[in-house]
Amino acid sequence: MKQLVEKHPLAIRWFHWVNFPVLALMIWSGMWIYWANDVYRLGWGKTTLVKFFPQSFYEAFHIDHKLAQGMSWHFVLMWVFFLNGLLYVFYTLLSGEWRYLLPTRHSFKEALLVTLHDLGLYKKPLPVRKFNGAQQIAYTSVIIMGMGSVLTGLAIYKPTQFAWLTQLLGGYEFARIIHFALTIGYVLFFIVHIAQVVRAGWNNFRAMVAGFEVVEVDSTTHQVVAGPTSLPAADATLSSN
Amino acid sequence: MTDHSSAPAPLDQPGAPLQPEAAVLAEARRRSRRSFIGLGLAGLIGIGGWDWLISQPADEGIPRPLRKVLDANGRLSQAYFKETRLAPEFARSRAKTPRENGDVGLDGEVDPATWRMRVQGYGTGKTQEFTLADIKALPKVEMVTELKCIEGWSVVVHWAGARLSDFLARYPLATRSGRPADPLNPPADLAPYVGMLTPDEQYYVGLDIASALHPQTLLCYEMNGEPLTAAHGAPLRLVTPLKYGIKHLKRIGTIAFADTRPKDYWAELGYDWDSGH
Repeated sequence: MKQLVEKHPLAIRWFHWVNFPVLALMIWSGMWIYWANDVYRLGWGKTTLVKFFPQSFYEAFHIDHKLAQGMSWHFVLMWVFFLNGLLYVFYTLLSGEWRYLLPTRHSFKEALLVTLHDLGLYKKPLPVRKFNGAQQIAYTSVIIMGMGSVLTGLAIYKPTQFAWLTQLLGGYEFARIIHFALTIGYVLFFIVHIAQVVRAGWNNFRAMVAGFEVVEVDSTTHQVVAGPTSLPAADATLSSN
Repeated sequence: MTDHSSAPAPLDQPGAPLQPEAAVLAEARRRSRRSFIGLGLAGLIGIGGWDWLISQPADEGIPRPLRKVLDANGRLSQAYFKETRLAPEFARSRAKTPRENGDVGLDGEVDPATWRMRVQGYGTGKTQEFTLADIKALPKVEMVTELKCIEGWSVVVHWAGARLSDFLARYPLATRSGRPADPLNPPADLAPYVGMLTPDEQYYVGLDIASALHPQTLLCYEMNGEPLTAAHGAPLRLVTPLKYGIKHLKRIGTIAFADTRPKDYWAELGYDWDSGH
C-alpha cells in the first residue's frame, strides 16, 4: 500500500537548488579567470595527458579574454556561495540532519559495497535508508571541498592580509592549484551525481523538489516493504540479508 | 552488521493509521505540482534577475551592481586592513626577473639625470619636484616579496627603494597642515587617496592611503640588485605587495593626493579599483 514519506526538509531543498546555479556560475567565471594564466595540466615531463584547457575548448565556449568580467562575477557570487553553504551547515547541525549525512564507522565499508553494487559486482540488496555510506561520504566530502574552496579562495584573494592562511595552504601558487583542483572535483562530483540521480529514478529526484517519496508499506505491520525510505536509523548498518 | 537493522525501517509513526492509497496519490500529485511550479518560478525569477543585472548600465566596464559589490568588498577589506600585517618575504636566491607585461606609459626614453618626480601637495596644491638622488637619500629598504599579476601568475622579486611612507614623513605633502604622515598615527587631515601617473599620463593608478603608507610600499629603483631597466620602470617605480601588479606603476611622473578615488587605468577597463591583497 503506497504511502508518502517525508524525505528532504524544505530548507535543504532550497540550499541545494540555490547552490546549483551559483556553483555553476562560480565555475564558469572561474574559467574566465583561469584562462589568463592557464598553466595546469595532467602529465609528466614533456608528456601531457590532459591540458587545462585546450584552445578549442576556450573557443567553443568563448572563455577567452574575459578576466575582468570573470573576476567581477566571481567576487560577487562568492558571497552567495559562501552564505548558502554556511547556512546549510548551520541548518544540518541545528536540525539534526547531520546525523543522516555524516559518515559513521560503517560508512566506508558500506560505500565499497555500494560502489561494487553499482558496478554490478555485488548482487545483494543495499541498505534501505535515507543516505547510504557512499552518499554520506560524498555529501560530507563535497561540503569539506566547499570549505576548501572558500579558504583557498581567500588565500589567493587577500594573500597579504591572510598571509598566515596562504602559508598554511602551501603558498600562493599552491593554494591556486588546490582551488583549481577542487573545481575539477565539483565537476567530477556533478557527473557521478547526475548519473546516480538518473539511475535512482523519479521518486528520488522528486524528493529533492517536493520533499517526499512514495513508498510501499505493508498495511498490517506498517513496515516499508519496497521503495526507498527516508526513515532510517541514521546509524543503521548494511542489511545482512 | 547487526541483526536489528536487517528489518526495513518503520514509518514515522508506526501506530498511525495508513492513508488510503487514492488519497496518497492525490496528495503526491498536488504537492509535486506545487513544488515543481515553485521551483520553475524560482528559476524564472533567477533568470529574470540575471537579465536585469547584465542589462544595467556599465560602470567602468562592468554592470553597475557588480561594480557596487566590488567597491563594498574593497571597503570591507579596508576595514580589515592592518598596516602591521606584512607580505611574506623569501630567500634572495628565489628571486627571478618578472615578465615585462605592459608598456603603457613607457613610450620614449627617460634620462635619469633630467627626470623629476613631481608631487602635488595635498594642502597647497603646489608642485614640488624631486630627483632620483632625493629618493636615494632616504633609507634604502630591500625586500624579497612575491609579485602577483592579476592574470594569475606570480614571481618572487628582490626589490630595493625608499618607503613611500618615509618619503612622506620627510616631505609632508600628504596632509593639509603639512604635518608628517605617520602611518601608525595618521593625522586627521591626511589625504585619503594617492594617485600616480607616468610622465606622459598614459598610465595611472590610484591607491588608498593606508596601502600607500604601508612599510612594504616602495618607491623602487632597484630590481634583483640592479638598477631598474626601462622596461621595468626606470628610473623609479611603485612596488607594493598590498596590490596586484597592475598597481605597480612603472616610471613615476606625478604623485597627487585626493579626496576621492583617483582614476585607475585598469579599473576603467572593468577591474576592481581596490585590487588589494
